[in-house]
Amino acid sequence: MQAVPINHFLILAAILFGLGVVGVVSRRNAIIIFMSIELMLNAVNLTFISFSNYLNDIEGQIFVFMVMVVAAAEVAVGLAIIVAIFRLRETVHVDDIKLLKW
Amino acid sequence: MVELILFWVFALLAVGGAFGVVVHPNPAKSALLLVLTFFALAGEYVLLMAHFIAIVHVAVYAGAIMVLFLFVIMLLNVPEETRTSRLWGIMRYAGFSLAIILFAEIGYFGFKGFQTAYVQETDLGTVERIGQALFSKYVLPFEIASILLLVAMLGALYLSKRKLEIVGDGKAAPAGKKAEEVLVEE
Amino acid sequence: MSLELLTILINALKVVVVISLVLVTVMILTLMERKISGWIQNRYGPNRVGWGGILQPVADGVKFFTKEDVIPGHVDRFLYFMAPAIALVPALMTFAIVPFGDQMNFFLFGHEITLQFQLVDLNVGILYFVSIASLGVYGLIVGGFGSNNKYSMLGGLRSSAQMISYEIPMGLAIIAVVMLSGSLRLNDVVMEQAGLWNVVRQPLGFIIFVVAAFAETNRLPFDLPEAEQELVGGYHTEYSSMKFSSFMIAEYSNLITSSALITTLYFGGWQVPGLELLSLPIWLEQVLQILAFLVKTAFFIFLYMWVRWTFPRFRYDQLMNLGWKSMLPLALLNIVLTGAWIAYF
Repeated sequence: MQAVPINHFLILAAILFGLGVVGVVSRRNAIIIFMSIELMLNAVNLTFISFSNYLNDIEGQIFVFMVMVVAAAEVAVGLAIIVAIFRLRETVHVDDIKLLKW
Repeated sequence: MVELILFWVFALLAVGGAFGVVVHPNPAKSALLLVLTFFALAGEYVLLMAHFIAIVHVAVYAGAIMVLFLFVIMLLNVPEETRTSRLWGIMRYAGFSLAIILFAEIGYFGFKGFQTAYVQETDLGTVERIGQALFSKYVLPFEIASILLLVAMLGALYLSKRKLEIVGDGKAAPAGKKAEEVLVEE
Repeated sequence: MSLELLTILINALKVVVVISLVLVTVMILTLMERKISGWIQNRYGPNRVGWGGILQPVADGVKFFTKEDVIPGHVDRFLYFMAPAIALVPALMTFAIVPFGDQMNFFLFGHEITLQFQLVDLNVGILYFVSIASLGVYGLIVGGFGSNNKYSMLGGLRSSAQMISYEIPMGLAIIAVVMLSGSLRLNDVVMEQAGLWNVVRQPLGFIIFVVAAFAETNRLPFDLPEAEQELVGGYHTEYSSMKFSSFMIAEYSNLITSSALITTLYFGGWQVPGLELLSLPIWLEQVLQILAFLVKTAFFIFLYMWVRWTFPRFRYDQLMNLGWKSMLPLALLNIVLTGAWIAYF
């Protein structure tokens, strides 16, 4: 039985992180930008868990736990902001909401 | 061998799903593809012997966060993204090249030290171990995380309450609005 | 025959038996529901096919398979086709962790084999149920969104809000049970109830769990996502023939699983109090335990149907108020009380 090398997971995480960056940079829809950020957080989580297994240390998994808490909090607040902006401006297109005040 | 095959299946699903999230013009389908990616990632976590994290990941991300995303997308009826911005072309190339550079760097360092390291069989990911660590050594961060959640809940509630007053005339919100306000709070 | 091959064969057999058990029970339940509704409303129910209507599920099945599969022109085809499958898979997956009986040791081809009456004994056990059950909502959301119809869309929206609100009291009720048993494995939870069933120690948690389970399975009085009188058919308005029946199978499988879990978590699972006093042979005892589990589960399925024909549907804001303003504080109170119980006894 051949186990999976750790660097496979690390490279997968790197690819996912890169795709998340592409999403944030190239998409203009606030919700999709938000989802890309979630993707990046998950790529980081995968790295944490890989290293946790490699070092045989539980701290990586505890950190993933904390990242999940922060992600949940972030989604609650972020989606509330998006809904609030949509009610005022009828759009979630970030180019339309780049003014600091209106 | 089985692990390696499973790794590749999950990895292809994750990368394909993530690519779809980034390029699909329809936000609802993007969100569903992201759910697929999260599933594949849960599979990878199981392969890394992190069973508790894997199941919590499914419950939190697929079960709650993405449902919330889909709820907001359906509620706002977000249209398909039309690429009217003249910057789109430049931005796309900038984004892709940035991602490729980033990937090359991270991948290089990833390759460097861990080619011969393999996934170990441990009991690190079991509920018992995580629970012991969370409630002894890491109890302070755990409590701070709960305060963070409380603050986020209050913030979301405040944001949705205030806008309700602007939209309505200060009276009680109609039934549909109320449901949504409660949801955002979660 | 080697031990590995034997183990694989036994596990494969277990999967086949459990899945077919669930699907056959679903068939029986479609008839049972209509018969019980007839009985409660003082009418006959289906009584033409077979003896007293007993072959009605078969007739329904044949009808579902042979009906024309209508695909409306305005749907999003991919999502429309995916939705029934997405609804069905988590519904069947959750049954994997339900323990039917105590483990059994016997000899086969010269090997000693320990047979678990449970598909997988997961370390994370009950968390698996919570997370997979929360995925059932995707079938409804995807169906509602893919149908491209305002009634379906409303059904999907409602179901997402409802599921997410009722998952929390359900999870908190489960936490109280887990605090008592000290383990997430369902087998340990059942073992721990040997003396006293959890329904005695956790009456409040039991009520919260049952109400939340009704909401999670979209049964009356919480069937807002498909409320016929206001939303036509809710998320499955546009579905016909076998796709529609996939949604129905998913709903009934959810019903069976949550009944089995209510039994496991609060009614002692396969435990029968006082059975060991009779000093029966061990195999008879185990058969009786499995039968006891099935009878308890059947009772809760009956409870579901009984409630369906007894209570009117909640209004949407009432549903949300109940979930967030009553059940959530009560569930938290239940955890505090359980903690105090554990500290003092």
